[in-house]
Amino acid sequence: MNRSSFFSGIRAQLPILLGVAPFGMIYGVLARSAGLPPEIAQAMSSIVFAGSSQFIGTTLFRESAPFIVIVLTTFVVNLRHALYSASLAPYVEPLSLRWKLLIAYLLTDEGYAVGIVRYQQLEGSGVKENSGHFYYLGGALALWTTWQLSTAIGVFFGAQVPASWGLDFALPITFIAIMIPALADRPSALAAVVAAVVALAAHDLNYKLGLIFAALSGIVAGLIAERFTPHRIETVE
Amino acid sequence: MSTTYLWLTILSMGVVTFLIRLSFIIAWGKFEMPPLVRRSLRYVPPAVLSAIILPELLRPNNAPIDLSLGNARWIAGLVAALIAWRTRNALLTIVVGMIVFWIISLVVK
Repeated sequence: MNRSSFFSGIRAQLPILLGVAPFGMIYGVLARSAGLPPEIAQAMSSIVFAGSSQFIGTTLFRESAPFIVIVLTTFVVNLRHALYSASLAPYVEPLSLRWKLLIAYLLTDEGYAVGIVRYQQLEGSGVKENSGHFYYLGGALALWTTWQLSTAIGVFFGAQVPASWGLDFALPITFIAIMIPALADRPSALAAVVAAVVALAAHDLNYKLGLIFAALSGIVAGLIAERFTPHRIETVE
Repeated sequence: MSTTYLWLTILSMGVVTFLIRLSFIIAWGKFEMPPLVRRSLRYVPPAVLSAIILPELLRPNNAPIDLSLGNARWIAGLVAALIAWRTRNALLTIVVGMIVFWIISLVVK
């Protein structure tokens, strides 16, 4: 059961990997052109393991930004992960510390998206078992491996996939495939719509702040809509 | 920039990122979470996902909102959303979405 869940998680992550790999190669090339030594450019992928902040960090290194600016920027860019952490927390609470550390280290946009929907499905079906964790782990490890390999190709070989292939589009399209079937009720749908509108309006904000504002607006909209929804909605306890 | 300085910086970036990711996972169950926080969690996935998706479809590369027929992304995204809604089939959604995207991109080019 755990084994097959692990592989299902990998399978769910596959289309996303198609979009992530070219992104990793671009990072590798960019980091080298910013003057980072290859071993440091590559180590950033495993130590930080967060695409957007690695790109921004690379740019800051190139501009010789002070230490504190780089670290604070990383903090702001990755702040959205706190939302993912909160969202996963009730599901992973029974796990050992070692599991929690591993899950946190591997927590990315893509790993979260694939994992949380599975946790919710299992919760909805009333199954009490560990398969959700293995599913998350499968998807997240597939992403980790792809990220390490693709950045290494960029760092050490300077290779890139032409942007004209449009592989980056695999990410939003997979997220659509994940999100739409998971829209369980009207408050969830409203949360998605409000978040979308705010995200479009706030997209010019730097450091992914637009995403955080959009997500928080969507959550508030969902909570408000809940009060006007006739039936009670079960919550994660 | 010395190598030591670079190592120190990326290590700090990693620690900061890891602590953010660990924050609620480690704190959950140790502190009493207000019911409002718990209720709000079910809206995190739809809110976050759509906040990532829509700018990718309508504002690629930070351009102003592009709802023209020349923007293959939003048309392919709309088709994919309809398929996902009607069939709930992830693989079908992704395959058709990518094919529509590539076809329109070729035609427009």
